[in-house]
Amino acid sequence: MSTISRDEVARVAALARIDLRPDEVTRLAGELDVIVESVARVSEVATADVPATSHPLPLTNVFRDDVPEPALPVQDVLAGAPQQENGRFAVPQILGEE
Amino acid sequence: MTNDITRLSASDLASALRSKTITSVEATQAHLDRIAAVDGDLHAFLHVSSDEALATAAEVDAKRAGGEELHPLAGVPIAVKDVVVTKGLPTTAGSKILERWIPPYDATLVERIKAAGLPILGKTNMDEFAMGSSTEHSAFGNTKNPWDLDRIPGGSGGGSAAAVAGFEAPLAIGTDTGGSIRQPGAVTGTVGVKPTYGGVSRYGLIAMASSLDQAGPVTRTVLDAALLHELIGGHDPHDSTSINEPVPGVVAAARQGAKGDLKGLRVGVVKELSGEGYQAGVSARFDESLEQLRALGAEVVEVSCPSFAYALDAYYLIMPAEASSNLAKFDGMRFGLRVEPADGPVTAERVMGATRGAGFGDEVKRRVILGTYALSAGYYDAYYGSAQKVRTLIQRDFAAAFERADVLVSPTAPTTAFKFGEKLDDPLAMYLNDVATIPANLAGVPGMSLPNGLSDDGLPVGFQILAPAKADDRLYRVGAALEAALESSWGGPILNKAPELKTTELAR
Repeated sequence: MSTISRDEVARVAALARIDLRPDEVTRLAGELDVIVESVARVSEVATADVPATSHPLPLTNVFRDDVPEPALPVQDVLAGAPQQENGRFAVPQILGEE
Repeated sequence: MTNDITRLSASDLASALRSKTITSVEATQAHLDRIAAVDGDLHAFLHVSSDEALATAAEVDAKRAGGEELHPLAGVPIAVKDVVVTKGLPTTAGSKILERWIPPYDATLVERIKAAGLPILGKTNMDEFAMGSSTEHSAFGNTKNPWDLDRIPGGSGGGSAAAVAGFEAPLAIGTDTGGSIRQPGAVTGTVGVKPTYGGVSRYGLIAMASSLDQAGPVTRTVLDAALLHELIGGHDPHDSTSINEPVPGVVAAARQGAKGDLKGLRVGVVKELSGEGYQAGVSARFDESLEQLRALGAEVVEVSCPSFAYALDAYYLIMPAEASSNLAKFDGMRFGLRVEPADGPVTAERVMGATRGAGFGDEVKRRVILGTYALSAGYYDAYYGSAQKVRTLIQRDFAAAFERADVLVSPTAPTTAFKFGEKLDDPLAMYLNDVATIPANLAGVPGMSLPNGLSDDGLPVGFQILAPAKADDRLYRVGAALEAALESSWGGPILNKAPELKTTELAR
């Protein structure tokens, strides 16, 4: 059905925000090609008259009473962060220069 | 003496604790000693929490001495798969990206374990983010199969299964997205149950595929699994997919089943889950177990589930798609690893890419990229959309099959435990291990694996039982009946046939 090129792997890896080494791109191109070719068989039986199922059991939305509940202590949550400052997560520059 | 304590089932150990012939501190210390003696070889644990476990045990002993009413499993030690968050105990999900992370909260199932007074021995090894069938994808090394140290213990929950099979813990927690409780159970000669989707809260499980993940018991006996299932199961307001109904009476069902009467029960053999691709010894044990079920009064019929042929394919689209979304939270900002790019501007986006490139292992990268691909523009309908339709077809197959049978059965896995490295370079061959377990996850129905003998290679084989959604009690009735019949034919539990593990002399 498809052939997944190295360029395609690099494009999707960028969408997934995973930096790959050149050798990883090459290996994944081969592997994903085999996997995708195999799993594409699903389209053989997925005809237009079959509805899609997203969830194993029928669900209705769940609500709770609109009352505040205690949240985790801020310092406990920040303790696991790579960097924190003044009771907040410290993160790198969000926007690039361009 | 300590050696004998670790051989007890959780149920027998609980009785001994109740009658005060053993204290929880003694029982917990015996298991910690066993871990110290054999885990150098097995590597079932990523972290052993001796101090916390002994403190809980002492607390339970004090309460018992004071005549307090306790949970039936109070004082019985337990191991927890490292994908389940534990307040104050490291939780890595087998990934470098979470190395040294200490969660600030407990999963609901851990809260229930703590409230009932079960000492937590530690966190068990697993394939990274539960992605794998051999535990070879753990970032922290392989877990060995206690039956043969050159072979895989199954996966992703190989650590929990090996801990229980190696008598390091009487109870463990597993999670099952496509077979990660049941397949390790099969290859280690232990019992594993994936409850009905929503039967056990997913709050505090590090999610792989949210519509498939389910936590459940890993034990050596069917009754022990039922006891643990009742403890961790039930409604949780923190999980919007949690079933708001009482847990089915699984303990009562296990006790009833152990009496061995299955008269009137219809057992459906799934035609598509046997024959070609199944090892001869696996098929032979399966046929013998069917004979046992007939001898217990069950009627065995054949059922056909033609769409199961596409289950593996649908699974390998839905699971990576959901995983690619769930794992987006590992961005190097709020928890875990942060890696800055080697050169160029240090922006959040580039830090995220560098962090994930360094922190994720091969299989995680493979699945996240596959999932991103399946969801990307131009492919969504053909791949993800079609897979969701297959899910409907599989549910219809189950519905039709359960019209004709009360439970469905198959071998749990096509083969016994394979050797390390055998399937590592062939992802499709690795994925095939879960061919018989995946349909249950796609449909949300409960499934159990219990040991039903040894194959021609002397390694354990698993027997899978599937029941309709919310009828988990049927698994336990049938499982306990088969277990009792098999154990009487073997003259004891299957793990009595496992080789003794080499023990390291203790310094204590």
